[in-house]
Amino acid sequence: MSDISLRLDVLKTYKLYVGGKFPRSESGRVYEVTDSKGQWLGNAPLGTRKDTRDAVLAARAAVKGWSGATAYNRGQVLYRVAEMLQGRREQFAAEVAAAEGVGAKKAAALVDTAIDRWVWYAGWTDKIAQIAGGANPVAGPFFNLSTPEPSGVIGVVAPQTGYGHSLLGLVEVIAPAIAAGNTVVVAAAADAPMPALSLGEVLATSDLPGGVVNIISGKTADIAPTLATHQDVNGLDLAGAIAAEGPGAAAALEAGAADTLKRVIRPALDPSTQDWTQAPGTERLLSFLETKTVWHPMGI
Amino acid sequence: MAKNKKTEEPQAQAVATAKAGLFEYAPAPESPAAAGDIATSYGHFIGGEFVDSSGSEALKTVNPATEQVLAEFAHGTDEDVDRAVAAARKAFTDWSALPGSERAKYLFRIARIIQERSRELAVLESIDNGKPIRETRDVDLPLVAAHFFYYAGWADKLDFAGYGANPRPLGVAGQVIPWNFPLLMLAWKIAPALATGNTVVLKPAETTPLTALRFAEICRQAGLPKGVVNIVTGDGRTGAALTAHPDVSKVAFTGSTPVGRAIAKQLAGSRKKLSLELGGKAANIVFDDAPIDQAVEGIVNGIFFNQGHVCCAGSRLLVQESIQDELLDALKRRMDTLRVGDPLDKNTDIGAINSAAQLARITELTAAGEAEGAERWSPSCDLPGTGFWFRPTLFTGVSQAHRIAREEIFGPVLSVLTFRTPAEAVEKANNTPYGLSAGIWTEKGSRILWTASRLRAGVVWANTFNKFDPTSPFGGYKESGYGREGGRHGLEAYLDV
Repeated sequence: MSDISLRLDVLKTYKLYVGGKFPRSESGRVYEVTDSKGQWLGNAPLGTRKDTRDAVLAARAAVKGWSGATAYNRGQVLYRVAEMLQGRREQFAAEVAAAEGVGAKKAAALVDTAIDRWVWYAGWTDKIAQIAGGANPVAGPFFNLSTPEPSGVIGVVAPQTGYGHSLLGLVEVIAPAIAAGNTVVVAAAADAPMPALSLGEVLATSDLPGGVVNIISGKTADIAPTLATHQDVNGLDLAGAIAAEGPGAAAALEAGAADTLKRVIRPALDPSTQDWTQAPGTERLLSFLETKTVWHPMGI
Repeated sequence: MAKNKKTEEPQAQAVATAKAGLFEYAPAPESPAAAGDIATSYGHFIGGEFVDSSGSEALKTVNPATEQVLAEFAHGTDEDVDRAVAAARKAFTDWSALPGSERAKYLFRIARIIQERSRELAVLESIDNGKPIRETRDVDLPLVAAHFFYYAGWADKLDFAGYGANPRPLGVAGQVIPWNFPLLMLAWKIAPALATGNTVVLKPAETTPLTALRFAEICRQAGLPKGVVNIVTGDGRTGAALTAHPDVSKVAFTGSTPVGRAIAKQLAGSRKKLSLELGGKAANIVFDDAPIDQAVEGIVNGIFFNQGHVCCAGSRLLVQESIQDELLDALKRRMDTLRVGDPLDKNTDIGAINSAAQLARITELTAAGEAEGAERWSPSCDLPGTGFWFRPTLFTGVSQAHRIAREEIFGPVLSVLTFRTPAEAVEKANNTPYGLSAGIWTEKGSRILWTASRLRAGVVWANTFNKFDPTSPFGGYKESGYGREGGRHGLEAYLDV
């Protein structure tokens, strides 16, 4: 009788995050997720190609509002994500520890860094246009201005490995894309989707409009190719593609993206050595921006 | 009666003279001799030398205005491409190690020699391409020199370009360019590549190789180290060998979207850096408050500049319904005055279509426009008996589903659509897989800004069209490609960032 506790924990039913809602998968199926020692952690929804297409629709519908929001507004929403994440620090530390097999202290530090990343990107929303755009001194009587604009809907294969990948790495692929005004559909790390699915709950309570971020757990081999070849996805971040399915699959995804000339961020050659605690540069902020140049004659 | 007749006569005469062309210009031909000597056959430019091809296949380049063969040139084999890439790789070590200030001086030298030889190059370009001398002389060549001058100045300032401290060059750049602006596209590709410390192998288009080969001579005059610039001629097979070459670190392509897509696919997984400038189907939006005469000039410039062989050409005219008749009347009047003919005549507005193949494509698409029910109009003008020519053409009654509204025609063909509200204009303008350029004509500033911010296009010209400048980034959204050329942005494609 010793294994009967006085109080039974309430377990969570993990759900996808699509269009600001938490649907169970269209498949009606789940898959088992275990910690680094093989202990059962929970069931994650087995997201399908249909779920992915639904998420792309939601992401497309959110583009107009999110890209049209003021940079000041977007910055505050991103900062609000940091606030919400801060409030659930202990939960995420436990999920990261379980997902990555790191100690409690290290896991908490990884969550702290993830919170700080949201703050860093919150501060970028209203500065990126100034470092990526500007007036061009053309040789003629013209007012000529280049400004960056978001590419649109971005498909993301979340990091699957590397130190801090499960939450910090995930934030590192979501936050810059949405800071720049894009919306995203994320294929969560297949073996460690819990921090990602819980992040959906944080985002939902952070004033982020529904559809700006969509998170799908399941088989990368189903979700990633759907994103890569989708006609209405404008960019593809392959961060976790090599770790998930091997270099050949990453190349195939890139080839699939070529049909619609998507902007592609290639994965690191050896993703397992990637340390997500390293300070990010501006690459991920700038990769899914277009430069629009507007000309007008000057004269009286 | 006699008095009346006298007063009538001069009037009748005036009308008759106007019809015959009171303001006809006498021919003002540029001398073909100014193009300098054109050899009967050309090899490649590899490692600082003009060399024969390893293969025996030769292609011919013709003057599209006369159909006369200008020269034979080599079809670059895989082995030729190998040699050129090896030469570029060998040169890369020293060239990339050179202080930026020294690389800059080479580029400044090239810019200056281009200025000195600009008449020769303009005439040669006009002969090989078919574009009017007025454009090569006043647009292409000044811009070519300006691009080298602009990027020369970047070579020693790369730490300040916003791509981090000490950004590194990539290696050998394999560059494939189209036939519509042979020298300008060469400048757009070679100037930033050299400024950032890369070496290049460039393949010019198979219908317009002559000015690139002449540029090779300029590299020699400038004392550019051997192998820094290599030119390999040939057709698409040579281009494919170049973009697929394992020792090419960066590929830059300007051309059609289908070919760009194929290159992107070919390069997937290779980790070569890629920049693409592809097709377009630009909307030129004219609002009801636009100054009609200025707008008409802009529309004409937008679609008939360079015979419409322009990826950013304003090929879809979107007119607000209430001014459609007035605008089209004025546009037709203006089109009546366009002079089509000898590219070397300084008065020519529209030169020759670049090739028989391109003429066939334009003819096919315009036939499809008629078959699908759009109404075709062209001014009556005589066309020369030999050469490839196409009358400036206007289609009205075009719907968004028509092929002439969706496909890039790349010729002097304008499709006219109408709209009622600004929102409808934006909707129609963005209804294309392309996103290279767009035009807006209105006197209202806030409407310009409102419209410009909603158009999904890389370049938006408001109350002007087809303006280019080396300091100004150029490139597309969506399926018009990725990366930007020109300006600080243009450096990124050639740096390891």
